[in-house]
Amino acid sequence: MATSLKCLLRSGKEAAAAPAVGDANRDLAAIQVTVRDALNQALDEELERDERVFLLGEEVAQYDGAYKMGFTGIAVGAAMAGLRPICEFMTFNFSMQAIDQVINSAAKTYYMSAGQQPVPIVFRGPNGASAGVAAQHSQCFAAWYAHCPGLKVVSPWNAEDARGLLKTAIRDDNPVVFLENELMYGVPFEMSEESLSKDFTIPIGKAKIERQGAHITLVSHSRMVGHCLDAAAVLAKEGIDCEVINLRTIRPLDVECIEGSVMKTNHLVTVEGGWPQFGVGAEICARVMEGSAFNYLDAPVTRVTGVDIPMPYAKILEDNSVPQIKDIIFSVKKTLGV
Amino acid sequence: MLTNISTVLRACAQRNGAAAVVSARNYADFTSQATFEIKKSDVFKLDEAPATEVVMTRDEGLQYYRTMQTMRRMELKADQLYKQKIIRGFCHLYDGQEACAVGIEASIKPTDHLITAYRAHGYTLTRGGTVKEIMAELTGRRGGIAKGKGGSMHMYCKNFYGGNGIVGAQVPLGAGVALACKYKGSDELCVCLYGDGAANQGQIFETYNMAALWKLPVIFICENNRYGMGTSVERAAASTDYFKRGEFIPGLRVDGMDILCVREATRFAAEHCRSGKGPILMELQTYRYHGHSMSDPGVSYRTREEIQEVRSKSDPISLLKDRLLSNNMASVEELKEIDVDVRKEIEDAAQFATTDPEPPLEELCNHIFSNNPPVEVRGTNPWAKLKSVS
Repeated sequence: MATSLKCLLRSGKEAAAAPAVGDANRDLAAIQVTVRDALNQALDEELERDERVFLLGEEVAQYDGAYKMGFTGIAVGAAMAGLRPICEFMTFNFSMQAIDQVINSAAKTYYMSAGQQPVPIVFRGPNGASAGVAAQHSQCFAAWYAHCPGLKVVSPWNAEDARGLLKTAIRDDNPVVFLENELMYGVPFEMSEESLSKDFTIPIGKAKIERQGAHITLVSHSRMVGHCLDAAAVLAKEGIDCEVINLRTIRPLDVECIEGSVMKTNHLVTVEGGWPQFGVGAEICARVMEGSAFNYLDAPVTRVTGVDIPMPYAKILEDNSVPQIKDIIFSVKKTLGV
Repeated sequence: MLTNISTVLRACAQRNGAAAVVSARNYADFTSQATFEIKKSDVFKLDEAPATEVVMTRDEGLQYYRTMQTMRRMELKADQLYKQKIIRGFCHLYDGQEACAVGIEASIKPTDHLITAYRAHGYTLTRGGTVKEIMAELTGRRGGIAKGKGGSMHMYCKNFYGGNGIVGAQVPLGAGVALACKYKGSDELCVCLYGDGAANQGQIFETYNMAALWKLPVIFICENNRYGMGTSVERAAASTDYFKRGEFIPGLRVDGMDILCVREATRFAAEHCRSGKGPILMELQTYRYHGHSMSDPGVSYRTREEIQEVRSKSDPISLLKDRLLSNNMASVEELKEIDVDVRKEIEDAAQFATTDPEPPLEELCNHIFSNNPPVEVRGTNPWAKLKSVS
């Protein structure tokens, strides 16, 4: 009985469908892996590495169901009793129903118990805008979760991020909110041999400079990192040299990396898919103002964000509700005064 | 002094044989155990029911008495301290419901697990917390069971998962603990408690569903004390047969004022779980003397006569006391001695709880993350950089 329950919870449906990285491929210096495959491989490896790790959620394993508050609470309870669940939401929009369990039962418990009761759990799922799924299925929850002490919040962009951060999240003894992006699942990225090794982890709380630059700093997370790099490529042709930072982690924010960059470039633009008010960019602005980099700014920080409206359905409206590459280019030039 | 006489007489009896016993005073002459006829529990989707003829030993009886009395006096002391404003915030007292906590613990093992809602002081005690650390937690001192950081609703100890403030949230958590038990292949189970107020919540039904589907070893227990805050069960629930609300989960309705009923029903339920049959639901019909919390006098939605009637006819401690005395299992003096002992323990604990210092400010930010290197935490202003260790 116990073994079959264990099997049920440790045989992710997606995991079974993921193509294995063949031995032959491993000999190459770098191979192309989609974000989806990177996630599944990481899941497979971590399931194998630690017996206590298991999957729970909507449309996971053989259990098709949508009992959000119930299964989230069950996952948190299992974590309290010593297992290491990975609780999957079909999208983070559904986590709103279960958010009480994430915040009040998971995030706060270690503190309330004065260190007696850790909650080693990962909440993962697609976050933010997708394509044509309209208002109730397109919200970005980075700011909501990053607001809360007791949680770690990560937001991977590429396949390497996905793999390394998921492994770290699973191995972390604390509740980690793992914000994926549906539109990124199918995107392939080159992955080095090192990043494909079983113990490849990326530390939570450390940003990565994806592109070095001298004139202006772009800070972003998730899908928008790609947009920033695309914008940087266009701007380079006009002689504007952008430094692009991939946050990787929202909470704790790698302020040091941002400050170091701003002290070099003197200009800062934040780019996110979520709404502007009380968001990731707002926090970055506040932190830069409070720290050593403020005096190095030659212009106020600019925030590029999603439009402050519920996500519309019609394609033309939807396209204009999230930052496009042209918006980033425009904002960079405005910030530089060119 | 009475114990000394008793010891001496016992020693005499052993030396001199039966003849000496007959002529000795009968402090040592208690019945060592007795059989009791208890109320039959109502069953739902069950072919069998808990036993109605049960045995209780003198030692068990005295232990139950002592624990229930300790619980009672602890809660009454908390009432006092709250009125003196030494305890702040939320305080949900358990007096009247002692038979539930003590009866449940009598039939589970320390390696089993338990989780409840916010009326949790009694369970913290039965699960291994001391009166001292419970009271010091209520007064918010460093000697508290959660170092003063949790308060009334957030007390934890081994295999006891609180103390939960959000109504109903503990029910899925409890099923999750049971899932871990089954997953690990142990024969441990989880007792998962909630009240009549929470019983109508959606997440509870989600939990019933998953627990039944996966045959999780969880005993769901509804402590029906007739009122969800100020709302009586008749006004709150379309069906007040809480033991049937699990629909596809078998249920028992038990007299929660009789510790032997609770103990026997829990024994029955534990066996059900451990034999792999999956979850079971127990409704304990009980009563709280206090209002919902210390900010509720508890008399606007029920009459003083009702409260008084329960106290005089169904008080769990009185019921046990009567049983012990009328079956010659203990003497009035012996029980009084226990009362004196308990009173002292509570006084000492209260003394500790009111004199122990508050937690040090240096520890304000600790315990955010487990097993983590120290982090910096922002204070109230940008220059306040506080330290947090695991």
